[in-house]
Amino acid sequence: MLIALKRIIKSGWSGFVREGGLSVATIFILVMAIFLVGSLFFLKDVSQYLIASIQEKVDVSVYFKSDAAEEDIFTLKEEITKIPEVKDVEYVSKEQALSDFTKKHESDPVLIDSLTEVGGNPFFATLNITAFQANQYGSIASFLEKDDFKNLIEKVDYYQRKSAIDKIFSFTSILKNSGIILAVILVILALLNTFNTIRLAIYSNREEIKIQRLVGASNWFIRGPFIVQGAVAGILSAIICFIIFTLICWGIGSRMEFFSPGLNMIEFYKNGFWSLLLIQFSAGIILGVSSSLVAIRRYLRA
Amino acid sequence: MIKFQNVAKVYPPDTIALKDVNFEVKPKEFVLLSGKSGAGKTTLFKLLLAEERPTEGRIFFDDQDVSRMKLSKLHNFRRKIGVVFQDYKLLASKNVYENIAYVLEVIGASDKEIKRDVTEVLEIVGLSHRVSNFPVELSGGEKQRAAIARALIHRPEVILADEPTGNLDPYNTADIVRLLLKINELGTTILLATHDKELINSLEKRVITLDGGRIIRDEEKGRFTF
Repeated sequence: MLIALKRIIKSGWSGFVREGGLSVATIFILVMAIFLVGSLFFLKDVSQYLIASIQEKVDVSVYFKSDAAEEDIFTLKEEITKIPEVKDVEYVSKEQALSDFTKKHESDPVLIDSLTEVGGNPFFATLNITAFQANQYGSIASFLEKDDFKNLIEKVDYYQRKSAIDKIFSFTSILKNSGIILAVILVILALLNTFNTIRLAIYSNREEIKIQRLVGASNWFIRGPFIVQGAVAGILSAIICFIIFTLICWGIGSRMEFFSPGLNMIEFYKNGFWSLLLIQFSAGIILGVSSSLVAIRRYLRA
Repeated sequence: MIKFQNVAKVYPPDTIALKDVNFEVKPKEFVLLSGKSGAGKTTLFKLLLAEERPTEGRIFFDDQDVSRMKLSKLHNFRRKIGVVFQDYKLLASKNVYENIAYVLEVIGASDKEIKRDVTEVLEIVGLSHRVSNFPVELSGGEKQRAAIARALIHRPEVILADEPTGNLDPYNTADIVRLLLKINELGTTILLATHDKELINSLEKRVITLDGGRIIRDEEKGRFTF
């Protein structure tokens, strides 16, 4: 048994080396397939981060009347926090709002002058409320429209922002779903492509397989070296893919932060290192071995 | 040992390769199969090796029905037979040494036995200087000698040789025939298909003559006849 295994591995390796051209072609296709699988896994995390950061920017603001007492606002804040749909509530006082505005527009004399002209502090104290889901903003808004708060609240900007909120959430949901569909299609294409390449490689060996059968080789003794070749191609492809991935992530690095703060590819790479390694190696070996197994089946039947 | 019982082989739609073939071969016999090209000699070997199934009749090898043997048992059965194919059927991806060693690897011989036996048989067939060459680098005669070496390396019970001297010069032919006779003397049954008149006449062995897929003559110490 051990001696047969040793011979199968040796024969598979020498077949892999001797059929250099075919092996290179197989590795090339496998690298593309593994790279695709790895990228989809990697981009899943990146896109989830991007979607979450877009959704985080969505909130509704509650503007309080100028004479609303801060204690009443805090009491309301407490109550809002207790609503299960609410993810986060942030209080911005009148003074804070004025200071934020002045800081933001200090280089714009027109705006600063107009502020002086108005006199005093024209800003309202606000509560910025973030919900877990887009459809939860409606119920939060209706809670705030209760008569109990009428003398406290100037306005809730939910209805002005409703269409924008809905659009953002439907866009991110389309992005998620189409990403999944695209990933499935691409993985199927990669699998078919890999299978076809290995099938062609084995097809070119069909005469040899026939001879091996005629001189008394068992099916496993014939199949074994092809499985070894598939596994070797898979492992080498995974190593190549891993190097490419590392170089790309290091190359891009923190440049993606331009699109979204905190989007650092090196961080994503470090966090997903082991999963990525596992996915690429298992994808390589499974693709190589299973394609060989399926492709050789038909030649071992007669 | 080998028994053909009313065997027929028809290739669709209606090409008759063999018809009403009946004969028996005893252990340690040396049988020559003679006949023109297309007479059915190669088909007969293919059926005996279960490379193809007969359309009618049954073929027995040591009381095993070869024509109905399960696929899973074929490899063990084929290890009992050494074959010199007319078109050599050497493994193109392996060199001469590996081609011959492959048969021993298949049956699970040790590395030491393989090295000893392959070296010896390569010397016998005169290919010691070609061990590292691949089939594509060999002449017709060398390929034939490599095929002969592969057929006898594992000391099979039967050797089927399909025109084994077809590409050899008279000197090599005499050597190979001597070798086959020697192997036969040591107890291996030999079935040799040939249309070499001189070879058939010189051997004075049993000759089965085929014509159009039928056995037209089966004679002890037969001679080549049209």
